[in-house]
Amino acid sequence: MTLLSARGLGKEYGKGDGLVRAVRDVGLDVQNGETVAVMGPSGCGKSTLLHVLGGLDRPSRGEIRLAGQRLDQMGERGLARMRRDAVGFVFQAFHLMDELTAVENVELPALLAGRSPRKARTKALELLDRTGLADRARFLPSALSGGQRQRVAVARALANDPLIVLADEPTGNLDSAATLEVLRLFDDLHNAGQTLVIVTHDSRIAATADRLITMRDGEFTDETRLTGGTTGSLSRLAGLES
Amino acid sequence: MQQEVILAMLAKEPSHGYELRARLKQALGPVGEDMNAGQVYVTLTRLEKAGLVVATSAPGVQERPDRKVHELTADGQQRVAEWLAEVAWPRPDLTEFHLKLIAAAAARLGDPLAIVDAQRRELLRRLRDAQRAAMAEPETSDAALLLEGIVLRLQADLRWLEACERTWTTRRNQS
Repeated sequence: MTLLSARGLGKEYGKGDGLVRAVRDVGLDVQNGETVAVMGPSGCGKSTLLHVLGGLDRPSRGEIRLAGQRLDQMGERGLARMRRDAVGFVFQAFHLMDELTAVENVELPALLAGRSPRKARTKALELLDRTGLADRARFLPSALSGGQRQRVAVARALANDPLIVLADEPTGNLDSAATLEVLRLFDDLHNAGQTLVIVTHDSRIAATADRLITMRDGEFTDETRLTGGTTGSLSRLAGLES
Repeated sequence: MQQEVILAMLAKEPSHGYELRARLKQALGPVGEDMNAGQVYVTLTRLEKAGLVVATSAPGVQERPDRKVHELTADGQQRVAEWLAEVAWPRPDLTEFHLKLIAAAAARLGDPLAIVDAQRRELLRRLRDAQRAAMAEPETSDAALLLEGIVLRLQADLRWLEACERTWTTRRNQS
Protein backbone atom coordinates (compact mmCIF):
# COMPACT_ATOMS: atom_id res chain seq x y z
CA MET A 1 0.00 0.00 0.00
CA THR A 2 1.30 3.45 -0.87
CA LEU A 3 1.72 5.52 2.28
CA LEU A 4 3.30 8.66 0.88
CA SER A 5 3.12 9.89 -2.68
CA ALA A 6 4.12 13.04 -4.50
CA ARG A 7 3.26 14.16 -8.03
CA GLY A 8 4.79 17.03 -9.99
CA LEU A 9 6.35 18.37 -6.83
CA GLY A 10 8.28 21.65 -7.14
CA LYS A 11 9.79 24.09 -4.66
CA GLU A 12 11.34 27.44 -5.48
CA TYR A 13 12.99 30.15 -3.42
CA GLY A 14 13.64 33.77 -4.27
CA LYS A 15 12.60 35.77 -7.31
CA GLY A 16 13.98 36.97 -10.64
CA ASP A 17 17.74 36.43 -10.94
CA GLY A 18 17.86 35.04 -7.42
CA LEU A 19 15.33 32.31 -8.19
CA VAL A 20 16.46 28.90 -6.92
CA ARG A 21 14.56 25.87 -8.18
CA ALA A 22 15.43 23.53 -5.31
CA VAL A 23 12.99 20.76 -6.30
CA ARG A 24 11.77 20.32 -9.88
CA ASP A 25 8.93 18.07 -10.93
CA VAL A 26 9.56 15.21 -8.54
CA GLY A 27 7.34 12.15 -8.37
CA LEU A 28 7.62 9.63 -5.57
CA ASP A 29 5.74 6.69 -4.06
CA VAL A 30 6.73 5.25 -0.71
CA GLN A 31 5.13 1.95 0.24
CA ASN A 32 4.14 1.02 3.76
CA GLY A 33 7.13 -0.52 5.57
CA GLU A 34 9.60 0.55 2.93
CA THR A 35 12.91 2.31 3.54
CA VAL A 36 13.78 4.77 0.78
CA ALA A 37 17.05 6.69 0.65
CA VAL A 38 17.52 9.82 -1.43
CA MET A 39 21.17 10.49 -2.13
CA GLY A 40 22.85 13.40 -3.80
CA PRO A 41 25.53 16.06 -3.40
CA SER A 42 24.94 18.93 -1.01
CA GLY A 43 22.72 21.55 -2.61
CA CYS A 44 20.88 19.05 -4.80
CA GLY A 45 17.59 19.83 -3.07
CA LYS A 46 17.21 16.68 -0.99
CA SER A 47 16.71 18.46 2.36
CA THR A 48 14.15 20.80 0.81
CA LEU A 49 12.36 17.77 -0.60
CA LEU A 50 12.23 16.13 2.83
CA HIS A 51 10.89 19.29 4.46
CA VAL A 52 8.16 19.57 1.85
CA LEU A 53 7.25 15.88 2.13
CA GLY A 54 6.93 16.18 5.90
CA GLY A 55 4.84 19.37 5.83
CA LEU A 56 7.60 21.51 7.36
CA ASP A 57 7.55 23.60 4.22
CA ARG A 58 4.96 24.28 1.51
CA PRO A 59 5.55 23.10 -2.06
CA SER A 60 5.44 25.73 -4.84
CA ARG A 61 3.45 23.24 -6.92
CA GLY A 62 2.40 19.63 -7.05
CA GLU A 63 0.53 17.18 -4.86
CA ILE A 64 1.56 15.34 -1.70
CA ARG A 65 -0.57 12.58 -0.22
CA LEU A 66 0.18 11.08 3.17
CA ALA A 67 -2.14 8.21 4.14
CA GLY A 68 -4.63 9.48 1.55
CA GLN A 69 -4.68 13.09 2.79
CA ARG A 70 -3.58 16.01 0.61
CA LEU A 71 -0.83 17.81 2.56
CA ASP A 72 -0.49 20.52 -0.09
CA GLN A 73 -4.14 21.54 0.37
CA MET A 74 -4.21 21.37 4.15
CA GLY A 75 -4.57 24.47 6.34
CA GLU A 76 -1.90 25.41 8.86
CA ARG A 77 -3.62 23.78 11.82
CA GLY A 78 -4.29 20.55 9.98
CA LEU A 79 -0.72 20.46 8.78
CA ALA A 80 0.64 21.04 12.27
CA ARG A 81 -1.50 18.17 13.57
CA MET A 82 -0.31 15.93 10.73
CA ARG A 83 3.35 16.74 11.50
CA ARG A 84 2.83 16.00 15.16
CA ASP A 85 0.83 12.79 14.86
CA ALA A 86 1.85 11.15 11.61
CA VAL A 87 5.45 12.18 10.94
CA GLY A 88 8.63 11.67 12.97
CA PHE A 89 11.61 13.87 12.10
CA VAL A 90 15.28 13.11 12.68
CA PHE A 91 17.85 15.82 11.92
CA GLN A 92 21.59 15.89 11.43
CA ALA A 93 22.17 18.18 14.44
CA PHE A 94 19.85 16.13 16.71
CA HIS A 95 17.81 19.23 17.77
CA LEU A 96 17.41 18.04 21.36
CA MET A 97 16.48 20.44 24.15
CA ASP A 98 19.71 20.87 26.11
CA GLU A 99 18.04 21.60 29.44
CA LEU A 100 15.79 18.51 29.32
CA THR A 101 16.90 14.96 30.16
CA ALA A 102 16.78 12.19 27.56
CA VAL A 103 13.42 10.91 28.75
CA GLU A 104 11.96 14.44 28.93
CA ASN A 105 13.05 15.07 25.35
CA VAL A 106 11.46 11.83 24.19
CA GLU A 107 8.13 12.37 25.96
CA LEU A 108 7.75 15.98 24.80
CA PRO A 109 5.91 15.28 21.50
CA ALA A 110 3.43 13.03 23.30
CA LEU A 111 2.77 15.74 25.92
CA LEU A 112 2.26 18.29 23.14
CA ALA A 113 -0.22 15.89 21.54
CA GLY A 114 -2.22 15.91 24.77
CA ARG A 115 -1.31 12.55 26.25
CA SER A 116 -1.31 12.20 30.01
CA PRO A 117 2.11 12.77 31.63
CA ARG A 118 2.08 9.24 32.98
CA LYS A 119 1.34 7.66 29.58
CA ALA A 120 3.87 9.90 27.89
CA ARG A 121 6.56 8.90 30.42
CA THR A 122 5.82 5.17 30.11
CA LYS A 123 6.01 5.38 26.33
CA ALA A 124 9.24 7.41 26.44
CA LEU A 125 10.92 4.88 28.72
CA GLU A 126 9.82 2.07 26.40
CA LEU A 127 11.31 3.87 23.42
CA LEU A 128 14.58 4.54 25.22
CA ASP A 129 14.73 0.87 26.08
CA ARG A 130 14.11 0.00 22.46
CA THR A 131 16.93 2.31 21.36
CA GLY A 132 19.29 0.77 23.93
CA LEU A 133 19.38 3.80 26.22
CA ALA A 134 17.30 2.65 29.19
CA ASP A 135 20.19 3.42 31.54
CA ARG A 136 20.65 6.95 30.13
CA ALA A 137 17.07 8.17 30.60
CA ARG A 138 17.96 10.81 33.26
CA PHE A 139 21.05 12.10 31.46
CA LEU A 140 21.18 15.52 29.87
CA PRO A 141 22.13 15.51 26.17
CA SER A 142 25.49 17.09 27.05
CA ALA A 143 26.38 13.94 29.01
CA LEU A 144 25.68 11.69 26.03
CA SER A 145 27.86 10.73 23.06
CA GLY A 146 26.89 11.80 19.54
CA GLY A 147 25.54 8.37 18.70
CA GLN A 148 23.50 8.30 21.91
CA ARG A 149 22.07 11.77 21.26
CA GLN A 150 20.95 10.71 17.81
CA ARG A 151 19.34 7.58 19.27
CA VAL A 152 17.45 9.80 21.73
CA ALA A 153 16.35 11.92 18.75
CA VAL A 154 15.12 8.78 16.96
CA ALA A 155 13.22 7.71 20.11
CA ARG A 156 11.62 11.18 20.20
CA ALA A 157 10.63 10.85 16.54
CA LEU A 158 8.74 7.66 17.46
CA ALA A 159 6.91 9.17 20.46
CA ASN A 160 3.54 9.47 18.70
CA ASP A 161 3.81 6.23 16.69
CA PRO A 162 4.29 8.07 13.39
CA LEU A 163 3.20 6.56 10.09
CA ILE A 164 6.51 7.64 8.61
CA VAL A 165 9.93 8.72 9.88
CA LEU A 166 11.78 11.31 7.79
CA ALA A 167 15.51 11.61 8.48
CA ASP A 168 17.79 14.38 7.18
CA GLU A 169 21.46 13.33 7.23
CA PRO A 170 20.99 11.33 10.44
CA THR A 171 24.64 10.23 10.48
CA GLY A 172 26.08 13.51 9.22
CA ASN A 173 27.62 14.49 12.56
CA LEU A 174 28.72 11.03 13.68
CA ASP A 175 31.97 9.09 13.61
CA SER A 176 32.22 5.54 12.28
CA ALA A 177 31.31 3.72 15.52
CA ALA A 178 28.38 6.05 16.27
CA THR A 179 27.20 5.68 12.68
CA LEU A 180 27.03 1.93 13.19
CA GLU A 181 24.83 2.46 16.32
CA VAL A 182 22.39 4.51 14.27
CA LEU A 183 22.52 2.06 11.35
CA ARG A 184 21.59 -0.78 13.70
CA LEU A 185 18.72 1.26 15.10
CA PHE A 186 17.34 2.12 11.65
CA ASP A 187 17.67 -1.51 10.68
CA ASP A 188 15.63 -2.53 13.75
CA LEU A 189 12.95 0.04 12.85
CA HIS A 190 12.87 -1.26 9.31
CA ASN A 191 12.50 -4.85 10.50
CA ALA A 192 9.66 -3.75 12.78
CA GLY A 193 7.82 -2.41 9.71
CA GLN A 194 8.45 1.31 10.19
CA THR A 195 8.28 3.33 6.96
CA LEU A 196 11.40 5.47 6.54
CA VAL A 197 12.64 8.12 4.13
CA ILE A 198 16.27 9.11 4.59
CA VAL A 199 18.05 11.86 2.69
CA THR A 200 21.80 11.65 2.96
CA HIS A 201 25.13 11.78 1.25
CA ASP A 202 26.47 9.05 3.55
CA SER A 203 26.67 5.88 1.47
CA ARG A 204 26.58 3.71 4.61
CA ILE A 205 23.09 4.72 5.63
CA ALA A 206 21.91 4.88 2.02
CA ALA A 207 23.00 1.26 1.65
CA THR A 208 20.54 0.17 4.38
CA ALA A 209 17.58 1.20 2.20
CA ASP A 210 15.36 -1.04 0.08
CA ARG A 211 15.37 1.53 -2.66
CA LEU A 212 17.82 4.25 -3.51
CA ILE A 213 17.04 7.41 -5.45
CA THR A 214 19.77 9.67 -6.78
CA MET A 215 19.02 13.38 -6.92
CA ARG A 216 20.87 16.04 -8.91
CA ASP A 217 19.92 19.68 -9.36
CA GLY A 218 16.47 19.20 -7.87
CA GLU A 219 15.55 16.17 -9.99
CA PHE A 220 15.59 12.40 -9.55
CA THR A 221 18.16 11.04 -11.99
CA ASP A 222 18.51 7.41 -11.00
CA GLU A 223 16.60 4.87 -8.99
CA THR A 224 17.56 1.38 -7.95
CA ARG A 225 16.48 -1.47 -5.70
CA LEU A 226 19.21 -2.49 -3.32
CA THR A 227 17.43 -5.58 -2.03
CA GLY A 228 18.21 -8.82 -3.82
CA GLY A 229 20.26 -8.99 -6.97
CA THR A 230 23.66 -8.67 -5.33
CA THR A 231 26.45 -9.95 -7.46
CA GLY A 232 29.31 -10.28 -5.02
CA SER A 233 29.84 -12.85 -2.32
CA LEU A 234 31.51 -11.66 0.86
CA SER A 235 34.55 -13.78 0.19
CA ARG A 236 34.96 -11.96 -3.09
CA LEU A 237 34.53 -8.67 -1.30
CA ALA A 238 37.24 -9.69 1.14
CA GLY A 239 39.56 -10.51 -1.74
CA LEU A 240 39.66 -14.25 -1.02
CA GLU A 241 38.51 -15.05 -4.53
CA SER A 242 39.10 -13.01 -7.58
CA MET B 1 47.13 -2.42 -18.89
CA GLN B 2 44.03 -4.15 -20.11
CA GLN B 3 43.62 -4.73 -23.82
CA GLU B 4 40.12 -3.30 -23.62
CA VAL B 5 41.51 0.08 -22.60
CA ILE B 6 43.50 0.33 -25.81
CA LEU B 7 40.53 -0.95 -27.76
CA ALA B 8 38.20 1.66 -26.26
CA MET B 9 40.72 4.45 -26.82
CA LEU B 10 40.61 3.47 -30.47
CA ALA B 11 36.81 3.74 -30.60
CA LYS B 12 36.95 7.51 -31.11
CA GLU B 13 38.46 7.24 -34.61
CA PRO B 14 40.98 5.15 -36.60
CA SER B 15 44.35 6.11 -35.15
CA HIS B 16 48.10 5.68 -35.29
CA GLY B 17 49.79 4.02 -32.33
CA TYR B 18 51.47 7.27 -31.33
CA GLU B 19 48.09 9.01 -31.23
CA LEU B 20 46.80 6.36 -28.85
CA ARG B 21 49.85 6.84 -26.66
CA ALA B 22 49.27 10.57 -26.61
CA ARG B 23 45.65 10.03 -25.61
CA LEU B 24 46.69 7.73 -22.79
CA LYS B 25 49.34 10.19 -21.60
CA GLN B 26 46.79 12.96 -21.64
CA ALA B 27 44.28 10.87 -19.70
CA LEU B 28 46.73 9.53 -17.14
CA GLY B 29 49.11 12.44 -16.52
CA PRO B 30 51.81 11.50 -13.99
CA VAL B 31 50.16 8.12 -13.36
CA GLY B 32 51.05 7.06 -16.89
CA GLU B 33 54.56 8.47 -16.81
CA ASP B 34 56.46 5.23 -16.51
CA MET B 35 54.23 3.41 -18.97
CA ASN B 36 56.27 1.28 -21.33
CA ALA B 37 56.26 2.95 -24.75
CA GLY B 38 56.19 -0.39 -26.56
CA GLN B 39 53.18 -1.67 -24.66
CA VAL B 40 50.65 0.07 -26.87
CA TYR B 41 52.17 -1.52 -29.99
CA VAL B 42 52.39 -4.98 -28.41
CA THR B 43 48.76 -4.72 -27.39
CA LEU B 44 47.69 -3.49 -30.83
CA THR B 45 49.40 -6.48 -32.43
CA ARG B 46 47.58 -8.83 -30.06
CA LEU B 47 44.27 -7.15 -30.76
CA GLU B 48 44.91 -7.45 -34.48
CA LYS B 49 45.59 -11.18 -34.13
CA ALA B 50 42.41 -11.54 -32.13
CA GLY B 51 40.45 -9.96 -34.99
CA LEU B 52 39.33 -6.99 -32.91
CA VAL B 53 41.44 -4.45 -34.80
CA VAL B 54 42.52 -4.09 -38.43
CA ALA B 55 45.66 -2.18 -39.34
CA THR B 56 46.21 -0.53 -42.70
CA SER B 57 49.41 1.09 -43.93
CA ALA B 58 49.20 4.32 -45.82
CA PRO B 59 50.27 3.66 -49.45
CA GLY B 60 53.90 4.36 -50.28
CA VAL B 61 54.97 4.56 -46.68
CA GLN B 62 57.46 2.11 -45.24
CA GLU B 63 56.07 -0.78 -43.23
CA ARG B 64 56.71 0.55 -39.71
CA PRO B 65 54.45 -0.17 -36.78
CA ASP B 66 53.85 3.48 -35.89
CA ARG B 67 52.85 4.31 -39.46
CA LYS B 68 49.88 1.96 -39.45
CA VAL B 69 46.39 3.24 -38.92
CA HIS B 70 44.41 1.01 -36.56
CA GLU B 71 40.68 0.63 -36.70
CA LEU B 72 38.12 -1.38 -34.74
CA THR B 73 36.42 -4.30 -36.44
CA ALA B 74 32.75 -5.03 -35.76
CA ASP B 75 33.89 -7.58 -33.16
CA GLY B 76 36.15 -4.95 -31.67
CA GLN B 77 33.31 -2.48 -31.40
CA GLN B 78 31.16 -5.09 -29.72
CA ARG B 79 33.92 -5.92 -27.23
CA VAL B 80 34.24 -2.20 -26.36
CA ALA B 81 30.50 -1.93 -25.77
CA GLU B 82 30.61 -5.01 -23.52
CA TRP B 83 33.57 -3.67 -21.57
CA LEU B 84 31.89 -0.32 -21.00
CA ALA B 85 28.88 -2.10 -19.58
CA GLU B 86 30.96 -4.33 -17.27
CA VAL B 87 30.97 -3.46 -13.60
CA ALA B 88 34.35 -4.63 -12.37
CA TRP B 89 35.04 -4.76 -8.66
CA PRO B 90 36.59 -5.52 -6.09
CA ARG B 91 39.78 -5.25 -8.12
CA PRO B 92 40.27 -1.59 -7.24
CA ASP B 93 41.34 -0.65 -10.72
CA LEU B 94 40.66 3.05 -10.63
CA THR B 95 42.75 3.61 -13.73
CA GLU B 96 40.66 1.25 -15.81
CA PHE B 97 37.43 2.88 -14.67
CA HIS B 98 38.84 6.36 -15.24
CA LEU B 99 39.89 5.46 -18.78
CA LYS B 100 36.51 3.86 -19.38
CA LEU B 101 34.82 7.19 -18.70
CA ILE B 102 37.29 9.09 -20.87
CA ALA B 103 36.99 6.66 -23.77
CA ALA B 104 33.20 6.52 -23.56
CA ALA B 105 32.94 10.32 -23.62
CA ALA B 106 35.51 10.81 -26.38
CA ALA B 107 33.90 8.29 -28.71
CA ARG B 108 30.39 9.36 -27.65
CA LEU B 109 29.71 5.70 -26.96
CA GLY B 110 28.07 6.11 -23.63
CA ASP B 111 27.17 8.67 -21.04
CA PRO B 112 29.94 8.75 -18.39
CA LEU B 113 27.32 9.68 -15.80
CA ALA B 114 25.29 6.58 -16.65
CA ILE B 115 28.44 4.48 -16.24
CA VAL B 116 29.08 6.15 -12.87
CA ASP B 117 25.48 5.44 -11.84
CA ALA B 118 25.76 1.76 -12.78
CA GLN B 119 28.99 1.44 -10.84
CA ARG B 120 27.45 3.18 -7.83
CA ARG B 121 24.43 0.85 -7.84
CA GLU B 122 26.73 -2.13 -7.78
CA LEU B 123 28.96 -0.77 -5.02
CA LEU B 124 25.97 0.20 -2.88
CA ARG B 125 24.56 -3.31 -3.14
CA ARG B 126 27.89 -4.67 -2.02
CA LEU B 127 28.08 -2.10 0.75
CA ARG B 128 24.64 -3.20 1.90
CA ASP B 129 25.72 -6.86 2.00
CA ALA B 130 28.97 -6.12 3.81
CA GLN B 131 27.25 -3.82 6.28
CA ARG B 132 24.49 -6.30 7.06
CA ALA B 133 27.14 -8.92 7.72
CA ALA B 134 29.05 -6.43 9.91
CA MET B 135 25.94 -5.54 11.93
CA ALA B 136 25.21 -9.22 12.50
CA GLU B 137 28.65 -9.81 14.04
CA PRO B 138 29.22 -9.26 17.75
CA GLU B 139 31.47 -6.26 18.34
CA THR B 140 34.30 -8.42 19.60
CA SER B 141 34.50 -10.70 16.54
CA ASP B 142 37.56 -10.71 14.32
CA ALA B 143 35.40 -10.86 11.22
CA ALA B 144 33.73 -7.58 12.23
CA LEU B 145 37.09 -5.86 11.81
CA LEU B 146 37.61 -7.34 8.36
CA LEU B 147 34.07 -6.38 7.37
CA GLU B 148 34.69 -2.86 8.64
CA GLY B 149 37.70 -2.74 6.32
CA ILE B 150 35.57 -3.84 3.38
CA VAL B 151 32.92 -1.26 4.26
CA LEU B 152 35.52 1.51 4.47
CA ARG B 153 37.05 0.55 1.13
CA LEU B 154 33.65 0.56 -0.53
CA GLN B 155 32.91 3.93 1.02
CA ALA B 156 36.18 5.33 -0.31
CA ASP B 157 35.33 4.06 -3.79
CA LEU B 158 31.86 5.58 -3.55
CA ARG B 159 33.34 8.92 -2.56
CA TRP B 160 35.60 8.83 -5.56
CA LEU B 161 32.54 8.07 -7.74
CA GLU B 162 31.01 11.28 -6.33
CA ALA B 163 34.08 13.16 -7.54
CA CYS B 164 33.74 11.48 -10.96
CA GLU B 165 30.10 12.52 -11.04
CA ARG B 166 30.91 16.14 -10.21
CA THR B 167 33.62 16.39 -12.85
CA TRP B 168 31.63 14.73 -15.61
CA THR B 169 28.51 16.74 -14.78
CA THR B 170 30.53 19.95 -15.16
CA ARG B 171 32.01 18.75 -18.45
CA ARG B 172 28.62 17.79 -19.81
CA ASN B 173 27.15 21.15 -18.88
CA GLN B 174 30.05 22.92 -20.62
CA SER B 175 29.85 20.96 -23.85
